[in-house]
Amino acid sequence: MAEKVLMKGNEAIAEAALRAGCLHYFGYPITPQTELTAYMAKRLPKMEGGVFLQAESEISAINMVYGVASTGKRVMTSSSSPGVSLKQEGISYIAGSDLPAVIVNVQRGGPGLGGIQPSQSDYFQATKGGGHGDYHLIVLTPSSVQEMADLTSLAFDLADKYRCPAMLLADGTMGQMMEPVALPEPHKSIIEKPWAVTGTQMKREHNIINSLYLQPEILEKTNFDRFERYRQIEENEVRYESYLMDDAEYCIVAFGIAARVAKNAITMMRKYGLKVGLIRPITVWPFPKKAIKDAADKVKGFVSVELSMGQMIEDVRLAEECKRPVVLCNRAGGMIPGVDQIIAVTKDLVCSVEGGAR
Amino acid sequence: MTLFCGHYGSGKTNLAVNYALSLRQKGIEVSLADLDIVNPYFRSKDSTAELEAAGVRVIALPFANSSVDLPSLPSSAYSLVQDRSRYAVLDIGGDDRGAYALGRFVPYILEENDFEMLYVVNFYRPLTTTAEEAFEVLREIEGACGLTFTGIVNNSNLGAETTVEIIEKTCGKAQRLCEMTGLPLVAVTAEKSIAGPDMVPVVLQKRPFEN
Repeated sequence: MAEKVLMKGNEAIAEAALRAGCLHYFGYPITPQTELTAYMAKRLPKMEGGVFLQAESEISAINMVYGVASTGKRVMTSSSSPGVSLKQEGISYIAGSDLPAVIVNVQRGGPGLGGIQPSQSDYFQATKGGGHGDYHLIVLTPSSVQEMADLTSLAFDLADKYRCPAMLLADGTMGQMMEPVALPEPHKSIIEKPWAVTGTQMKREHNIINSLYLQPEILEKTNFDRFERYRQIEENEVRYESYLMDDAEYCIVAFGIAARVAKNAITMMRKYGLKVGLIRPITVWPFPKKAIKDAADKVKGFVSVELSMGQMIEDVRLAEECKRPVVLCNRAGGMIPGVDQIIAVTKDLVCSVEGGAR
Repeated sequence: MTLFCGHYGSGKTNLAVNYALSLRQKGIEVSLADLDIVNPYFRSKDSTAELEAAGVRVIALPFANSSVDLPSLPSSAYSLVQDRSRYAVLDIGGDDRGAYALGRFVPYILEENDFEMLYVVNFYRPLTTTAEEAFEVLREIEGACGLTFTGIVNNSNLGAETTVEIIEKTCGKAQRLCEMTGLPLVAVTAEKSIAGPDMVPVVLQKRPFEN
């Protein structure tokens, strides 16, 4: 394994993208993801073929991504919540044009301009569309600086494989915290891109990148074809971590920073004999529906721990098909649920299921 | 006056906080200035309660930790250079960008001409993994602030995975950086629980998100 370095999560994403052969980056700085843009600004101009451009706005940055993605080159943009809202139109166009690209959201508290502390309240935006039309993003949620790097590599590979945009859904803590990381070895896309706009050399028909289809029959077909690919993604690309679930009587569902706090809470609760486990979605689209559904046959209840007013909890309820109670343990606006809070909410759930006092 | 400068995330803040507290323990009147205009997170100001309890005067950006992302310096920062009765420890933001904040104080610092400016380096940071890269950042900082360094602190670490061996592996690089710059190696630092006899032990500033 490569020698480790000490990196901020934002830097790890940037370096992993470079090592995945991403030589094109367009963005606009915003706290708490600015180190990512700054790192790209330092490194890309020194690399052969590297292009860094700080656009005048997030809207122009995402449209530059749209342009480079059309040529089949690996390309990335990053921002934080308000900036990602600005990118939604472009993301819909990229999805509608069946192009691979990687979009990073290092979330902060909202809505509106919100704050600069960590949040997970863009879950709906990331997993349920965000922009207009029928489309999905592959959404990956890192829970350590190491995963910031590893999932960035994966995001590029999956985006290329399925010709759709992929999103890294991180949060302010993941972006800012420093941890040792073994960086992935440099690798490039091995996937052929015969659809790319690269010049015909007078040897083939023009490739046309477009999301406008005025004949509804044809537009419908592009949607059906795209959703066939989404079905394959749901079948093949679900990723999650199962932690102490073998003997668990209660299941916490949490991703990102919330999952780290949840693990500490689980360690404490197990000391008191309360058998709690964790399902940590690594992909939140596709959501690990089957893992949750299977868990519902074994556990007595679920706790969804989130840095939002309760967004993922809807996917948990859909996945477990209302077999067990699902309760929310949350903070919002940039606050993080603590170990004590998770234990208290879990104990309340235990009491309501099994009776008795806390 | 001691100034801590270096690359982003090299450990300047931790060292500044530790150094201010160690001076205070010796009975010296000391002010610690958090002059980081670059990064709104993980700053000296986070340790204000501990520092003030120990009798250290904390001077920080008025909007630091208020979630207002505004890099303005307080007027009280001039007391760092004008009040010569107190020792001043300055925690400067990362890279050349952070060092720009020093500019307005430089004439006073040069006039008094009684300062040390330490270059904090962690060779496990990705943009300063070699002596050559660290040298480049060092010169950029000097160019931005108009002061020249007086010494080097090897603060190499891998966070929670740091061992004495991991630190010792960087000694050659630190030596080479000293040769390139002609500067002395002022200290090799290590987290208190692992520090060897020839290392300066450092207590880590509490960070809210670590598990």
